[in-house]
Amino acid sequence: MRRWLIRRTGQAVITLAVAVLLMFVLMRAAPGDPLTRLSGDRALSPAEIAVLRARYGLDQPLLQQLGAFLQGLLRGDLGASIEYGRPVTQLLAERLPASLLLGGTVLLVNFSVGLWLGSRQALRRGSAADRWLTVVSLIGFATPSFWLGLVLAWLVGVHWRLLPPAGMHSPLLDPGSGFLANGMDVVRHLILPALTLSLVSIAATMRYQRGAMLDALRLPYIVTARAKGLSDSRVIWRHAWRNAVFPVITLFGLWLPVLVAGSVFVESVFAWPGLGSLAAAAVGNRDYPLLMGASLLASSLVVLGSLLTDLAYGFLDPRVRLS
Amino acid sequence: MTAVVDTLRRAWQNPRGRAGALVLAGVALAALLGPPLLPDPVAQPDLLHGVNLPPGLGHPFGTDQLSRDVFARVVSGARVSLAVSVLAMALSITLGAAIGLIAGYWGGTTDIVLMRLVDGALAVPRLFLLLLVLAAWERVPIGVLIVLIGTTGWFATSRLVRGEVLRLREESYIRAAEALGAPRRRIIFRHLLPNTLGLLLVAATLGVGEVILLEAGLSFLGLGIHPPTPSWGGMILEAKEVLVTAPWVGVFPGLAIVITVLSADLLGDALRDSIDMWRA
Repeated sequence: MRRWLIRRTGQAVITLAVAVLLMFVLMRAAPGDPLTRLSGDRALSPAEIAVLRARYGLDQPLLQQLGAFLQGLLRGDLGASIEYGRPVTQLLAERLPASLLLGGTVLLVNFSVGLWLGSRQALRRGSAADRWLTVVSLIGFATPSFWLGLVLAWLVGVHWRLLPPAGMHSPLLDPGSGFLANGMDVVRHLILPALTLSLVSIAATMRYQRGAMLDALRLPYIVTARAKGLSDSRVIWRHAWRNAVFPVITLFGLWLPVLVAGSVFVESVFAWPGLGSLAAAAVGNRDYPLLMGASLLASSLVVLGSLLTDLAYGFLDPRVRLS
Repeated sequence: MTAVVDTLRRAWQNPRGRAGALVLAGVALAALLGPPLLPDPVAQPDLLHGVNLPPGLGHPFGTDQLSRDVFARVVSGARVSLAVSVLAMALSITLGAAIGLIAGYWGGTTDIVLMRLVDGALAVPRLFLLLLVLAAWERVPIGVLIVLIGTTGWFATSRLVRGEVLRLREESYIRAAEALGAPRRRIIFRHLLPNTLGLLLVAATLGVGEVILLEAGLSFLGLGIHPPTPSWGGMILEAKEVLVTAPWVGVFPGLAIVITVLSADLLGDALRDSIDMWRA
């Protein structure tokens, strides 16, 4: 058990190291000098360029740049944002809670509603409801999140005025009002972005759960349970579902990249103050240190998520540890 | 080769697969033949009276804020989106097949190194990989965009192919070929590659949908196809300005994406089912 734990963690560290190297190489391999984007409206004089190159360490050989970058990384220093002039880590930390709130809500919806719908589909396999749900979830999967977000913001937010179309807090709300009023305000702002991200991503959970449930229902112990005369709901939910829900844990690891990428679009459409809209703004401003920091954080989340999934899976199923 | 033909035939017999294939063919045909028959998607014909017209007889999808026919732009955008995604996908599949075959067949250190690299690459969300490179360009040339999307899309395919090669290597006919002294090249190109074609076909079909969404997303962020060239994602970006007064400008390109991606996914699913049936 312990050796397996150490090996799996070691793999995650190597994966992350390769990812960091790849991102560094990609950014430096891209054509053009980051400084040309920095200069804004007027052309910089050669002297100014030299000063700026020295300030950002761009006059050093590539290997030394990498060394400096890694050293900073180990100290938790990702440099300063060009646009905001503040440490990248500070900006990321400020935006993280909003993203966790949105991502957590979407995960919760996907896992509860997705598992429930997927199980229902498996139980009524081939029925009209099964086929209908498959098509609807596939349509969601084929929909660009930014477009769905715009349509919902326009329809629900502007046309029907049911929910706020953008932001996280209402500017009209008295900041002195109680915790409950503030909480309700955030929830009202959360509904549309969370709904958008859930709709475009729930198909995977449903399909996975449907397949797992169909497999479980075929197993001999289900036949035995039925033969013993147990009630339908007991056979389905206590016997089959428990085993079917198990492989779905692995989906959690697959989920994070989708959510991280999806949040870039959805957060910028709804002006949700999270990491995704920060990354989109960094792209618009060509703010390299900030973009690099956001990518690093996204990759770390992905690696950590898949590590935790594997560990949880190995913890619950001893066979995984031995293979 | 017969296996691939069988796969295609079984997918065609599946109603959802057939619907996907037909719609996809329709979109491709419109993209090929449509633009010469339709108004110029770039010129701004009547900025005085023809701006933001709702859908009607003359303009089935209405006109945008620059008086351009939205239908002509959607059809023209299909040309760009399909060309980019099909070419990028072809590049991804070739790279994925090559790396997967090498890792799976050579094995040993080559395999370990390649798969560690793939693990690392898969850890960075594909969108961020592309953002990091694309942010350097003021206006990315379309060829570069295709190469970049193609070279960031092969990681998962190479894993899939590697797994299949590892399985095939143990099959008796590959063993027999090796025992008979067949050269590596022959084993790879005559035995291994043809047997992974079905898998690649499924990966390519499902991947095209993914790439259409990705390209639209990049264009929406202002990093993909640049105006005035019409692309579905870029059209939705421009439509943001007139979202409230002329919603049709943004609604139709979005619907075009949904329909095209959905068809590719349905066809891909049918192909996968058909391969699973054949294996069982």
